[in-house]
Amino acid sequence: MSNSSGRFGIHGSQYIPETLMNAVLELETAYNTFKNDPDFREELSRLFNEYAGRPSRLYFAKKMTLDLGGAKIYLKREDLNHTGAHKINNVLGQALLAKKMGKTRLIAETGAGQHGVATATAAALLGMECVVYMGRVDMERQALNVYRMRLLGSEVRAVDSGTGTLKDAVSETFREWTNRIDDTHYCLGSVMGPHPFPTIVRDFQAVISSEIREQMLAVEGRLPDVVMACVGGGSNAIGSFYHFINDPAVRLIGCEAAGRGINTNETAATISTGSLGIFHGMKSYFCQDSYGQIAPVYSISAGLDYPGIGPEHAMLHDQGRAEYVPVTDEEAVQAFEYLSRMEGIIPAIESAHAVAHAIKIAPAMDPDRIIVITISGRGDKDCAAIARYRGEDIRE
Amino acid sequence: MTRIAEAFKNGKAFIPFVTCGDPDLETTARIIREMAANGADLIELGIPFSDPTAEGPVIQEANLRALSGGVTTDDIFEMVASIRTDITVPMVFMTYANVVYSYGIERFMQRSAEVGMAGLILPDVPFEEKEEFAPAAREAGMDLISLIAPTSRDRIRTIAGQAEGFVYCVSSLGVTGVRTEITTDIGAMVALVREANPEIPCAIGFGISTPEQAAAMAEHADGVIVGSAIVRLIGQYGRDAVAPVGEYVRRMKEAVRNL
Repeated sequence: MSNSSGRFGIHGSQYIPETLMNAVLELETAYNTFKNDPDFREELSRLFNEYAGRPSRLYFAKKMTLDLGGAKIYLKREDLNHTGAHKINNVLGQALLAKKMGKTRLIAETGAGQHGVATATAAALLGMECVVYMGRVDMERQALNVYRMRLLGSEVRAVDSGTGTLKDAVSETFREWTNRIDDTHYCLGSVMGPHPFPTIVRDFQAVISSEIREQMLAVEGRLPDVVMACVGGGSNAIGSFYHFINDPAVRLIGCEAAGRGINTNETAATISTGSLGIFHGMKSYFCQDSYGQIAPVYSISAGLDYPGIGPEHAMLHDQGRAEYVPVTDEEAVQAFEYLSRMEGIIPAIESAHAVAHAIKIAPAMDPDRIIVITISGRGDKDCAAIARYRGEDIRE
Repeated sequence: MTRIAEAFKNGKAFIPFVTCGDPDLETTARIIREMAANGADLIELGIPFSDPTAEGPVIQEANLRALSGGVTTDDIFEMVASIRTDITVPMVFMTYANVVYSYGIERFMQRSAEVGMAGLILPDVPFEEKEEFAPAAREAGMDLISLIAPTSRDRIRTIAGQAEGFVYCVSSLGVTGVRTEITTDIGAMVALVREANPEIPCAIGFGISTPEQAAAMAEHADGVIVGSAIVRLIGQYGRDAVAPVGEYVRRMKEAVRNL
C-alpha cells in the first residue's frame, strides 16, 4: 500500500537524522530481498506455527452473543500466542530478518512490556543480545514484565526523560540506534516510525487478518461485517484489517484509548483529539499543542499510552475506509471484567478497549451480522493494576 | 554571498549554540549579545521541542527547562527581532520538523527571514525529505542547512552537491553531547564534501567542548559548532551564565581563529 518512499497518502515517510538514513535504506533492501525468499518464508512460518502457536483460534463467543442479543461475536485469540500477545508475530519476523542481515543485537522500546517481552523472547531463541528501553513510570506499573525480560536474558534500561512512558522509550531507542548501528537492529514494536518499519511490521502482523479470513470462510462461509481492534500505534489493528481493506463491505473499527475522556487532558485518543504532525520519523496524527509540542498523554493501558498513530491508519482515516472511536478507561475496565465473567477470557486492558466498543454496537445489530474482535493479548499482566483501579490493593 | 558565507571570513569560524528560553528569553538575548561580542561568527538558536530525538541529556534538559518556562515559537521570533536592532552576526535556527510544520512551513520561513535569520537546521529532515521545506526557505531567502554523518558514505556527494549555507558535519555516531574523544576520520568526510562542492564551507559539530578539540577539528574544516558544553554552563549558572558563556566563546574562538 505504501509507495517507494514509504508514503501512505500524505502520511509516513522518513523524518530521521542523517546518521540513520543508510541503516533504514539497508533495512528496506534486505526486507525486499528476504520477504520473497522461500527459505526465509518457510523458516518464519515454522517459527509462527511451532514456536508461537499459530494459527491462533477464531472463537465464537456464544454466551457474549446471547447476552448482548445482537450480532454474532467472534474473538480472534492473539492472547493465546506464545508470550501472550500479537507482538510475537512482528518480533519473530524482524529478529529473523536482523539475523539474516548479520546483526547480533536487538534493541526495542516497550510500553506495557509486551513488545519488550516478545523481543527478549526472540533474542533468547535466536541467540542475540537484547536491550529494552522502558519508561520509568511503565516499569513501575508493569513490574512483572520487567522481571520476565530480565529472566529471558535481556537488559532493561529505565527511561527518565520526558513523561517516562512509551513515547520517551521510543525516543531513547532511536537515540541508542544512532549510537550503535553496525551490529544492532531496532526491533520497532508497532506500525510506526520511519519507512520501512510501518510496512514491515504490518506485513508480519497481517497474518492475523489472513487467518481471520480463512477461518471465517470455513465456519460461516462469508466475510465478517465488522472487524475491530484496539489502536495505540496500531499494529494488531492493521494486522486485523489488512486483508479486508479491499472488501468495502467489511467495516473496520479501531478503538483508541480515551483515558479519562476526550474532553479532558488525560487522553491518548490521537484521531479524536490530535492533529497532523511529524514525529518519530513519520508524518501522521499526533496529540500536540498549537506549536507542535507533543502532548503528555494518558491511558490506564500502558500499551495504548502513545501520542501518535501509525501512518497507514492515518491514511485509512483520511479515506474513511476505517473508523476510529474513543473508549474510556472506565469502559475498558468494565469490558475487562465483562469478558472475564462472560467467557472466562481475561483480555489485556488494551484489547478490552475493543471489547468495550463491541458491547456498545453489537446489541443494535441484526443477529445475522458478524463481528470479529481481535483480543490482542491476555490480561494477566493487568490484574494488579485493575484491582488498584477498583480500590483493591493486591500484591503479586 | 549569503550572510552565512560571511561567517567564514574571519579565519576558522566558531559557531556556538543556545536553546532559546533556557532559563528565560531575556537571558537568551543577553547570551546572544555576549557571544557576538566575544567573537562568535555564526550563532545557532535552538527552538525547544518537547521530544528532541537527536539530542543527548544536556540539551534535552535545556529544552525541558525552556518549555517549562512557557516559551513559544512566536516569543522566540519577537526576541530575535528585538536583538536584531544591534546584533549583526548571522544566526540560524536549529529545531525539529514538527515545530516548523505545525507553525506552517511558509509562515515559519517568512517570519524567520523577517526577524533576520539566515538559515535553518532540521536534524530530523534528511536529504530525501528536504523538498518539503526547501522551496519555502528559498522563497524567504533562508538557507536550509544539510547534515552529513559518519554513516553517510556514498550519500555525501549527493548531499553536498545541493548544500546551501554550510555543511554540518556530524563528528560522531549518537546524539549531541560532550565526548572525550572523536574517532571519526573527519578529514576524509570533509574531502568528499569539497570534491562534490568546492565552494561550500564545512563546520563540524557533536562532541566538541575543549579549545584543544576545537583546534584539532578546525584543522580539517572551516569551523566548529559547540552546543552541549555551552548549554551545560547555562544549566549550571542559569541567569548568571552570560559572563561564563562569553568567556568560553572567547577562548574557543581564540583556539580556532588563526589555524
